[in-house]
Amino acid sequence: MDYQHQTIMDLRKQLDDGTCTSEELFQTALDLAKKYQESDNSFVTITPEFKQKKSQSLLNGIPYGLKDNFSTANILTTASSNILKDYIPPYDATVYKKLKQSGAVLVGKTTLDELAMGGTGTTAHTGVVRNPWDEQRLIGGSSAGSAACVARGIVPFAIGSDTGDSIRKPAAFGGIVGFKPTYGRISRYGLFAFASSLDHVGTLTRCVEDAAIVTDVLKGKDPLDMTSLENEDLNYYEHLHDDIKGRKLFYFKETCDLENYSAEDEEVIAVLTKFHELLDRLRKEGFEIEGISFGKDLLNAIYPSYMTISCAEATSNNANLTGIQFGPRGEGSSIEEIMFDARTKGFSELIKRRFILGSYILQKENQERLFLNAGRVRRLIVDRMNKLFETYDGLIMPASGGIAPKFGERSDELSERYLLLENHLALGNFGGFPSITLPMGFLHGMPLGINLTGRIKEDGVVLTMAQKIEDVAGYRGIVAGDQNV
Amino acid sequence: MYKVVIGLEVHCEVKTKTKNFSNSINTYSTVPNEHVSTVDLGLPGILPVPNKEAVRKALKTAMALNCKNPDEVIFDRKNYFYPDLPKGYQITQVTKPCGIQGYLDIFVGEEEKRVYIHQLHLEEDTASLEHFANYSLIDYNRSGIPLMEIVTEPCISSADEAVSFLEALRNIFLYCGVSEARSDKGQMRCDVNISLMKEGDTKLGTKVEMKNINAFTSVRAAIEYEIKRQSEILDQGGTIKQETRRIDEDGKTYSMREKVDAIDYKYFIEPNIPPVKLTPEYLDEIRKEIPVLEFARIKKYQNDFGLSFYDATVLAKDRGIADYFEEVIQEGAEPIDAASWVMTVVLGTLNKLEIPLTELFITPKMLAGVLRLIRQDKISLNHGKKIIYQAIEEKKDPLVIIEENHIEQIKDDQLILQHVQKAIEENPEQVRQYIEEGKDYVKNFFVGKVMQATNRQADPKVTLELIIQELEKRKANEGK
Repeated sequence: MDYQHQTIMDLRKQLDDGTCTSEELFQTALDLAKKYQESDNSFVTITPEFKQKKSQSLLNGIPYGLKDNFSTANILTTASSNILKDYIPPYDATVYKKLKQSGAVLVGKTTLDELAMGGTGTTAHTGVVRNPWDEQRLIGGSSAGSAACVARGIVPFAIGSDTGDSIRKPAAFGGIVGFKPTYGRISRYGLFAFASSLDHVGTLTRCVEDAAIVTDVLKGKDPLDMTSLENEDLNYYEHLHDDIKGRKLFYFKETCDLENYSAEDEEVIAVLTKFHELLDRLRKEGFEIEGISFGKDLLNAIYPSYMTISCAEATSNNANLTGIQFGPRGEGSSIEEIMFDARTKGFSELIKRRFILGSYILQKENQERLFLNAGRVRRLIVDRMNKLFETYDGLIMPASGGIAPKFGERSDELSERYLLLENHLALGNFGGFPSITLPMGFLHGMPLGINLTGRIKEDGVVLTMAQKIEDVAGYRGIVAGDQNV
Repeated sequence: MYKVVIGLEVHCEVKTKTKNFSNSINTYSTVPNEHVSTVDLGLPGILPVPNKEAVRKALKTAMALNCKNPDEVIFDRKNYFYPDLPKGYQITQVTKPCGIQGYLDIFVGEEEKRVYIHQLHLEEDTASLEHFANYSLIDYNRSGIPLMEIVTEPCISSADEAVSFLEALRNIFLYCGVSEARSDKGQMRCDVNISLMKEGDTKLGTKVEMKNINAFTSVRAAIEYEIKRQSEILDQGGTIKQETRRIDEDGKTYSMREKVDAIDYKYFIEPNIPPVKLTPEYLDEIRKEIPVLEFARIKKYQNDFGLSFYDATVLAKDRGIADYFEEVIQEGAEPIDAASWVMTVVLGTLNKLEIPLTELFITPKMLAGVLRLIRQDKISLNHGKKIIYQAIEEKKDPLVIIEENHIEQIKDDQLILQHVQKAIEENPEQVRQYIEEGKDYVKNFFVGKVMQATNRQADPKVTLELIIQELEKRKANEGK
């Protein structure tokens, strides 16, 4: 088997029996990174120096990519924004520290949508990230480079961040596994904040097993992150093959029942057909799956509530980017002018629009109506989910209503139902629920993803169920260019 | 004449080992940017971790100010852009401050006054800026130092009241051990809001704000100047502008900026700090650490110990002195004795020898012992003072000094009589002068002789009585 198809455990075996060395793996990854940089643009920075601290971890010697919004001491960290284009942090994010200690080898810092805001992978200051399955198409974002470098087979895993769907959506478009564990399971210390109450750290891999292995390394209480969860004894990797018989799943009838769509929603119908076919096969394996009515109003409220909360928090979180402490110094005769100039030049239009929205949302006269109401809606949605989790072990949904769009074709002028199917993943961020996306098939030669969201803190259960889904679906370890049916 | 309405906003740095949300050391330093971490610089990706000790001290101070405490600790973000605020927001408390609706009873002169506290909250200090001709420098040492802000209701009506309140408040900080509250280090700073209204008016006048005044004397000067300035404007039928002013070294205030609209700080709850519930047990534990405070002690010293207001105030001013004084009484000394000896002898000696109270050698028990001997006339006042001085200077138990030097007064009449008789026998000329020439003052000569012979330990009163008795006896015998 070639390097590009190998999972962490495949590489582990080779390293352990001496068939290859970690230096060789790194060199292979590095060559691939360089080879595909022009077409994919997965990396902001490729780190050409082999640096490894040996350990007993399963990740010892394994190459990986790290999203460029994790602080890495002495390595450029740009968050794909002009305002940070020369920023070299003096400290390590907890995630990066843990990966170094585990002996994993960094290949590069991956491209993202500027400041992790946006879901297309097209807004980085270094240009668009292209989908390795079809370079006419985007891969989605914001963890665009992390998804692309894993889908391409440059590295077996990459680290991403997920505020609305930023790991799970690009994973779906790239035919890989994107896992966002429970809020607080992995420390956010050193992750450039987008919306603190929604931000999660997670993994992009080519199989569920690798998601479990990497999460086992990254999870744990961090004294530097007050929202991080207490350590738990459970090892996810060891419990992947636990019995799932009798596990109960639900989906939203409003968005998943075929009768709700008309013939012109061709792509959605194709997606849903594959989805229901897979559900039938899962039922045969012991899952109990049924559709429930979540409430149209609540579903409709997910996206606007998400935008309201995330823009507001983002405005405040990025108020440190003024060119005073770091970053390009603006020009002007007063301190206001200097900061104004730095921010005007440093951010793209999309970012500025979100900051202005966020600022508007937080204004005294709007806060109650917009920010606080969005928080209340969030609470209603989470309460409803928790109520359902009393009966069900997980929510199973198509990760999106279609395949990765072509550049420029994606617009908001899609049907209402399509929008709902595109934007439900933020549910996982609202409640901090563990949520995983994995490949469920192909349409027009492009991968499609299925998403599973479980009870808070039950990351192990979600991974075990996902392992079963992966076994049934049969798309473990695929790489861009593979035969697709 | 106008009615003056003043509200104060007092900032006080909390004494802790580390800063409010980072591991940097919380200390005053003249070397710029010495105690700075990634968190204090607001670098991308940092997260705040609140300092438990700072929260505890803020809750404690709120209790000392008779405030209500919240059911849980949460923080909010105050969003604004300024170069001394690296994150672009300050972590503070708006939703649930550490204390609300409190009061502090103070003395203004000898008058009692209750100052109402609107709230006390915990926040982080900003960096400090130093401005030069065409550039400014930022020192992040101060960035993130825990800061308590105490906001009074607009219930203060004079410079005297304002300064008395500030002094009483500083005293609370010191008594509770929550801050050094040194104005010269900028650890205690004050914003003054002042407005004037006509007698009988119900609507408050236009408010003028004066920011960041360190010294209490400047607070007084600023208020007095503003009262004068605003009165003159109103007398001439003018109107007061709502503005922020600063006080200069000349004691005058100058306009900094006019306030058109209040700034919208877009407060919202800090999402990185989950709420922490406060249990009644935890709050009780803190409450138990609060000592009896200055105001209560002044009243107690007057009412229970019969001290003058002045003496009570001097003794209660410093918790160490007040505790010492009270312990001397507990060791059996009369309050009046304890008060005067602590204030004059003990403190005088410490001052003279430049020894801090914390290093005072003589214990309350030792002092009470000496005071008892004086009460019993076993040693004289003068001796007592000298012994205390020596004890403090040489770090020696005063009772041991007394014993070693045989300083206790000779009260034994028979013993003194022997000395008196001897002196009379040895000095017939002086006896003659007394009897024949009626020279009364000769008796003092004999007192001196006896004192000389007894190493000044003879009780002078008894000695004089015995001398007169013996001389008169001889005079009577002569006449026979």
